[in-house]
Amino acid sequence: MATVLGQRLRRKEDPRLITGKGQYTDDVQLPGLVYASILRSPHAHARILRVDASLAREMDGVLAVYTGEDLEGKLGTIPTAWLPPDSDIRTVPHSALAVHRVRYVGDGVALVVASSRSIAEDALDVISVDYEVLPGTADQEIAMKPDAAQLHEDAPGNVAFHWQVGHAPDDVFAHAEVTVRQRIRQQRLIPNPMEPRSAVAQYNESTGDMTIWATSQNPHIHRFLLSGILGIPEHKVRIVAIDVGGGFGAKIACYPDEALVAFAARELGRPVKWTESRREHFLVTTHGRDHIEDIELAGNRDGTLVGIRVKVLANMGAYLSTAAPGVPTILFALILPGPYTIPYAAADVYGVFTNSTPTDAYRGAGRPEATYLLERMVDLFAREIGMDPVEVRRKNLIPRHQFPYHNAMGLEYDSGNYHLALDKALEMAGYEEFRREQSRLREEGKLVGIGCTTYVEICGLGPSQVAGAVGFQGGLWESSQVRVHPTGKVTVFTGSSPHGQGEETTFAQIVADRLHIPMADVEIVHGDTDRISMGWGTYGSRSTPVGGSALAVATERVVEKAKKIAAHMLEIGESDVEFDEGRFHAKGAPGRSVSFQDVTLQAYLAWNLPAGVEPALEGRAFYDPVNFTYSFGTHLALVEVDKDTGEVELKRYIAVDDCGRVLNPLIAEGQVHGGIVQGVGQALYEGAIYDEDGQLMTGTFMDYAMPKARFFPTFETAFTETPSPHNPLGVKGIGETGTIASTPTVVNAVMDALQPFGVRDIPMPLTPERVWGAMQKGGMEA
Amino acid sequence: MSDAVISASGRTPVRMEVNGVAETVYVEPRWLLSDVLRHQLGLTGTHVGCEQGVCGVCTVLLDGVLVRSCLLFAVQVDGHRVTTIEGVTPDEGLSPIQASFQRHHGLQCGFCTPAMVLTAEALLRTHPNPSEADIRDAFSGNICRCTGYQFIVDAIRGCSEEER
Repeated sequence: MATVLGQRLRRKEDPRLITGKGQYTDDVQLPGLVYASILRSPHAHARILRVDASLAREMDGVLAVYTGEDLEGKLGTIPTAWLPPDSDIRTVPHSALAVHRVRYVGDGVALVVASSRSIAEDALDVISVDYEVLPGTADQEIAMKPDAAQLHEDAPGNVAFHWQVGHAPDDVFAHAEVTVRQRIRQQRLIPNPMEPRSAVAQYNESTGDMTIWATSQNPHIHRFLLSGILGIPEHKVRIVAIDVGGGFGAKIACYPDEALVAFAARELGRPVKWTESRREHFLVTTHGRDHIEDIELAGNRDGTLVGIRVKVLANMGAYLSTAAPGVPTILFALILPGPYTIPYAAADVYGVFTNSTPTDAYRGAGRPEATYLLERMVDLFAREIGMDPVEVRRKNLIPRHQFPYHNAMGLEYDSGNYHLALDKALEMAGYEEFRREQSRLREEGKLVGIGCTTYVEICGLGPSQVAGAVGFQGGLWESSQVRVHPTGKVTVFTGSSPHGQGEETTFAQIVADRLHIPMADVEIVHGDTDRISMGWGTYGSRSTPVGGSALAVATERVVEKAKKIAAHMLEIGESDVEFDEGRFHAKGAPGRSVSFQDVTLQAYLAWNLPAGVEPALEGRAFYDPVNFTYSFGTHLALVEVDKDTGEVELKRYIAVDDCGRVLNPLIAEGQVHGGIVQGVGQALYEGAIYDEDGQLMTGTFMDYAMPKARFFPTFETAFTETPSPHNPLGVKGIGETGTIASTPTVVNAVMDALQPFGVRDIPMPLTPERVWGAMQKGGMEA
Repeated sequence: MSDAVISASGRTPVRMEVNGVAETVYVEPRWLLSDVLRHQLGLTGTHVGCEQGVCGVCTVLLDGVLVRSCLLFAVQVDGHRVTTIEGVTPDEGLSPIQASFQRHHGLQCGFCTPAMVLTAEALLRTHPNPSEADIRDAFSGNICRCTGYQFIVDAIRGCSEEER
């Protein structure tokens, strides 16, 4: 049977989604369902003097109103679950509803539960709150100033943590022939999956069981944390996330809202639903990025890079969200040297509290920030020494024979062939020819530029031992259970929690390949803590390398046991059994065989099993990877800048990615496309803006520019395949590569186009206004 | 048009044809068409993304024309014909456009997909063989955060070519 691995198979999950039969959280309808709505602070920083909800409580249809004080002692605080070591981190208390003080626009003040959503929202309007407005700021640099208003008593100077890593002493920079310095602002982004967050909670008083349907990337983590917040034992909490409409990191965190809904359901004995409005999403769901970075990159005139160091002010927002402290530290700084043989690297990171929405993981989480600054600095360095930026990269990329390679921060890159991906991308782009063409076009007055990024990223989070060492308050292994039914059909229970990435298909491919059965015979079950023993969820490009590997191991265990039973049925030794084309046969005697289905039936009938073999046929694995795995690649962009308007047109985009073995090229390409668009969104369009008072000025889709179809050309994508040596599938991750690589690629291309103007850097997003302004300031006529 | 009568419960009867079936629903005048479709009629294939008419996730056909169901009150469609994703899905299998979305991997999380399919229906009705630029323009009112749009474009081109 031809293997189904590596095939462009269409997705199993599609028919239900294309026909509108997906089951998203807000689709849940239950008898007696009531609706929650949350009153949110209009001020970035204020003392709550008085909350008067008496009018709301009297309204027809209102079942209850709770304020922060009502919840004290009844509902735990919202925890932070990533505590980087040696960082003096201050995990300040975060109440589900604010008590006495609000710290950002959107901070919850009161919860209303009513018989309809509209009544609940009406009731918000008649809750009267007296605030004493306090000074505050959404800017981390201002928040660190000595006279800045303090957000939390336990965090003097508004410093949530100070964390340092690496070694890049002054003499490295003193002795280098060239040092380039730059301040880069990684603007704040708003994740905006198309499905808003939602939760529906139902409490069964007679059994004490709490069921919460939720938009979650990691239902078991939500169960673990919500169990603690609610004070309900973990085995009495069930989290269900069937179809989730995109996450991009924003559905990892444990938010106050889910806890409030569950609390109300238990208090009222009624099922309660809450779905955020898009406005709430903008205000309350975690944001991403938001760094101020001061960077130094040192090298010599022959193009060799010798050292990089960065001081980062990372805006954490008003509270520390679930995984937030790990993002600008572990996930950012450890990959700072990127794909290059830079011997010295160091990062000095301050996590800063500000009066803004909490930040946390957003597609790429730390790795895009590191890649952006490195790739921008490499271009500035190349310009400084007058070398083609591609040649600087080629000179410093880690050579193939040096893998496994230990980077300057101590990570062990498992495998790579960086030059191969670079050469392939350059060939696809026709790079040499383009450079000639560019000179000619410049003479005609056209502003065209090409940008390059060579990247490596941390995928497959991660070995649990390392998770512990870096302060992640959880494991990072994954579970898989392969249940073969008597007829040979298979149900897989996976702790991965796909929300668009297509694992119902790729995971079925892994099983169908190993058991030699049709794809249609394999069902992948995910997203339900009552059906799946344990899982750490989907983020950090981990589903296929960790969850998929767990599944491969579990499936091998099925084959091992089936072989024992087959050998007994064939009356031969176990070592004489071969499994091929869906049949177990005697070596050298293909005619003497039993089918997989014959064996599965016998496993359940158990009339004649070999001694010591238990009935039934299941394989289980709790797979903990031995290392992270490192995807890499080269992206190139070709842009033209309109000299009169500053508008950037993306004319070509070439992506060569290496995520190890590709299980389904169709799905992998889709991940790359989506990632590119999200990364280009940061480069050219997206950016959250707060005013001086901490009001979010980009709080709707009218103000926050989302990438649209007409902004993009057809992407040219390809893969090289350098397998990971340490997982059974040889796979790496592909969900975040596009976002990591495309932002610097496009910005480098625009800066290349603007070289005649002497423009060195433009802060993202590169809107027409900013590009035009930079050209005016540069003042040089092309 | 029927006479709008507000009953004692504050609800108004709205008579509309939804996916070929005559329906009468009793709604509050302020209820959005999107909410009535989802929660009164149980047609949860219509999703809600922003309630401001920008993201396009709630798109349905009103008398055959694309509309944002979050920008219409249910009472406004009294006497009209509404088509949702459920209405363009065959009893068995997929429509040619739906099949093309699957063949070309034109969806990931699926949340914007019903609206994308309806937008494609409307586009192909008036432009049976749209160019790539036509398609990208036609979908400028539909945000997808997952796919990067390329395979949606391919799905529509693949479908139009197949039908030709």
